[in-house]
Amino acid sequence: MKTKFVALRTPVIAMGVGIAITAVLLLLAGADVLAAFGVLLSGALTSPSRISDMLMLLSPLLLCAVGLTTSFAAGQYNLGIEGQMTVGGVAAMWFLRGYHDGSPVVLFWIGAVLCGMLMGAVWAMLVAVLKRYMHVSEIFAGLGFNFMALGLALYLVFGPWKRPGVASMSGTEPLADVLWLPTITGTRLTLVTPVLAIVMLAVVWRLIRHTHWGLQVRACGLSALASVRMGVPATRRTFEAMALCGACAGMAGALQIIGVYHSLVPNVASGIGLMGLLVALLVRADVRWVAFVALFFAVITSGSIQLPLALSIDSSISGVLQGLIVLAIIVARARRGEESA
Amino acid sequence: MNWTQLLTDIAAIIAVSAPLIIATMGIYLSERAGVINLSVDGSMLLAGMTGFAVAYTTNNLILGFVAAALVGGFIAALIAYLGVRLRISQTAIGFVLALLCTDLSSFLGNPYVQQTGPAVPAWPIPGLTSIPVLGQLFFRHDAVIYLSLILVPLLAWWIMRTRSGLIVRGLGERPDALFARGIDVIRWRYLMVIVGGVLIGLAGAAYTLDLKQGWTYRHMAGTGWIALAIVIFGAWRPWRILLGCYFFAALQTMASRLQDNAWQIPTQVLQVAPFVVMILVLAVVNSLGAPELQRWINRLPMPLRRVIRFLTSPAPAALGKPFIQQ
Repeated sequence: MKTKFVALRTPVIAMGVGIAITAVLLLLAGADVLAAFGVLLSGALTSPSRISDMLMLLSPLLLCAVGLTTSFAAGQYNLGIEGQMTVGGVAAMWFLRGYHDGSPVVLFWIGAVLCGMLMGAVWAMLVAVLKRYMHVSEIFAGLGFNFMALGLALYLVFGPWKRPGVASMSGTEPLADVLWLPTITGTRLTLVTPVLAIVMLAVVWRLIRHTHWGLQVRACGLSALASVRMGVPATRRTFEAMALCGACAGMAGALQIIGVYHSLVPNVASGIGLMGLLVALLVRADVRWVAFVALFFAVITSGSIQLPLALSIDSSISGVLQGLIVLAIIVARARRGEESA
Repeated sequence: MNWTQLLTDIAAIIAVSAPLIIATMGIYLSERAGVINLSVDGSMLLAGMTGFAVAYTTNNLILGFVAAALVGGFIAALIAYLGVRLRISQTAIGFVLALLCTDLSSFLGNPYVQQTGPAVPAWPIPGLTSIPVLGQLFFRHDAVIYLSLILVPLLAWWIMRTRSGLIVRGLGERPDALFARGIDVIRWRYLMVIVGGVLIGLAGAAYTLDLKQGWTYRHMAGTGWIALAIVIFGAWRPWRILLGCYFFAALQTMASRLQDNAWQIPTQVLQVAPFVVMILVLAVVNSLGAPELQRWINRLPMPLRRVIRFLTSPAPAALGKPFIQQ
């Protein structure tokens, strides 16, 4: 009982430190600190449309974070997640462009999501192969592939798939209305994305925590060499974990296209993957906390959008708060000797 | 393409790669000492923003650069404390700090967006500018660019030819051996990471006060990651890193030149081309150095092997590994 209490206390203190530093920064910027925190925490929850906007951020974030817990379990820093999301969107758009009037819409939705997952997995596998066989750090390979994915999306938006006459950053020709995922009346939220995110959360939780496969993946993450000695196919498990992460990201990208943007925009990922990395760093391979942390991050990020209007404070403070909390908790863990190198 | 145009282009490449060179040399120092500072992108943004803000408020360029150096040094000291002293994963803290400092620069830099502040004045070196070709290439720039030109030979000489440089190399290769010889590994690593951070901070100010004057939201985001990639591309050798910086700047210049091209490629696509090339080069160079290939490489004729040896050079053996005093 006592050890549990201590274990609970350090992250709480760490969060307190993160929040305190954020408060100091807000004071420095001459803002009303309490009001600012109020907007951050509740700004996303004050009206149905704001809650739905928050859920629209939460769903892809959850998908990315869930995928990243898998790649983290395998010991990989998958910084390429943004690119994997982007190519997922590109693949979904490619599939949906084949739609003709009267075709079965549901089949096209399923096909587009599967295409997105496949392409995301391929993009992640490229990084894994570069790391395993060509000794390129997955961090830089991932970043490189992020830029490549962006280049691909830009090429399509401004080139072959451009809106007739005008090519612009705002995206390609929108999809036919029937292809838009149905939304809850009065909001822009579709129920498909949150449901799929929760399904993926359950699937990955089960895989990582309760299967032999998950055990082997976690063993690779702890020590690739030791797991090989124990007869674990480490290369294969690492590749599979990366592919699963890419598939989650690709699914998120595809759903952003079908459910949110309704056309291919260059910035499909828009930083959601990076935020997912923060979530994953916080929970590590512990899937239980993913939903909770992702919800917290989504609430303060959506809440911060109101800061410039309500209190004329720059909305980046939500990112600062998230970064500080993650950093403080990583440090707190290290001081308890839980995590070294 | 005519001769004068080519000279102008090369001089421009030398100028635009100056901050990149300063940043890569900072990363180089820190990585030679065995510590990865992954926060470079955020560090440069925060330092650059601070440098601009201080120079703008005080109207004093020197103070701006000093402030930027302090910010860079402070973030590096934090990484040294967390990564070297507490032995937390350098990748994790570096990545979090990169994102954190980026957002912090947006938050704190908000009042300075689109302001016009002081800028580093041009400073042609009298006498030397009139040397044909060389004068135009090297001596018609400003102090920041001259610093970038001096930095590489200076660091190369120090690291490769002096006793203290040998210690720095030892920090990244065999810290235990240094410790056995009575050298305080932790303290030396601290020092090197902080000096590296100071250079990274200066590089940030080199953007906001010289090459991309002013401050905007995420002013030069992305360059820090490029700088980190160039150090790997340069295989932790100063001259090859310099080559990498010029190569990258040349690609960017070409990309902007090809904007009104005949290939019908949208301009936005060309801007990501350098990153693609960088990854491809990294893949080829690193796979040539892979142990699996050594058997085949050893069968090649000697001159070819020399070329491959030059292309591939392993990372410092203790890079990213915390030192545990026995």
